[in-house]
Amino acid sequence: MKYKYKVGCSIENLKGVRDFIRTSLKNHGIADLEISEMVLALDEMCSNLMIHAHHCNPNELFELHILVDKNDPVVFEIIDDGTVFDINQFSEPSIDNIIHEKRKGGLGIRLVKSIMDTVEYKQMKNKNVCRLVKKVHFN
Amino acid sequence: MVHIKRLQEDGVDIITPIGEIDASSSIELDLTIAKSVGEGFTKILVDCSALEYISSAGLGVFMSYIEEFKDKNLKMVLYGMSEKVANTFEILGLYELLVIAVDKADAKKKVNEV
Repeated sequence: MKYKYKVGCSIENLKGVRDFIRTSLKNHGIADLEISEMVLALDEMCSNLMIHAHHCNPNELFELHILVDKNDPVVFEIIDDGTVFDINQFSEPSIDNIIHEKRKGGLGIRLVKSIMDTVEYKQMKNKNVCRLVKKVHFN
Repeated sequence: MVHIKRLQEDGVDIITPIGEIDASSSIELDLTIAKSVGEGFTKILVDCSALEYISSAGLGVFMSYIEEFKDKNLKMVLYGMSEKVANTFEILGLYELLVIAVDKADAKKKVNEV
């Protein structure tokens, strides 16, 4: 099954993104806790994209695609045309540094890397595609 | 969207976020904690029983107060988390950095420890 969602880059829309993921993944036999982890990872990716690549401009849109088929890893694709920020090239600050510098960022990328199996970037027809993959257990 | 309630019990300020804390709403949590500290509370409980979701933006708010609280000898204890919310804290290993209690009674005990 493939699900698609198109949304403007306002962080007010993150709730809608989370609801879209929850609705798409329910009824596929995936445990609630696994769904909630993927929702969290995608929320982090989408909020980063909205804030850093699109400066929260609600008129700039991106697409989120979800591919879910029984016994295959779940695949998420975030498609946009902003500046690419490759989280694989980013070494997140240590937790100690986050506390010491009273930073309110840096934790999101750590969450994404902990939750998802792979995060890859590619270019397709002038669009950036960020592909996130997660193996899950199907009941 | 998050709605945050506050009430005071025995000199302890109890902050109750209701709903979801993400990048758009974490500022509400930050302002509420700052207000509590500004009003002179030295013991703060965060009742997470109505917190349905928290992203790194919300976690970052709690983290940003760790040093200030240590310096000023203030105590903050979180309690009543659902399994999903608790899992978010666990993924980042925040159980070792923040004081997290099971329920209100446990939280009151922990906030009053010297």
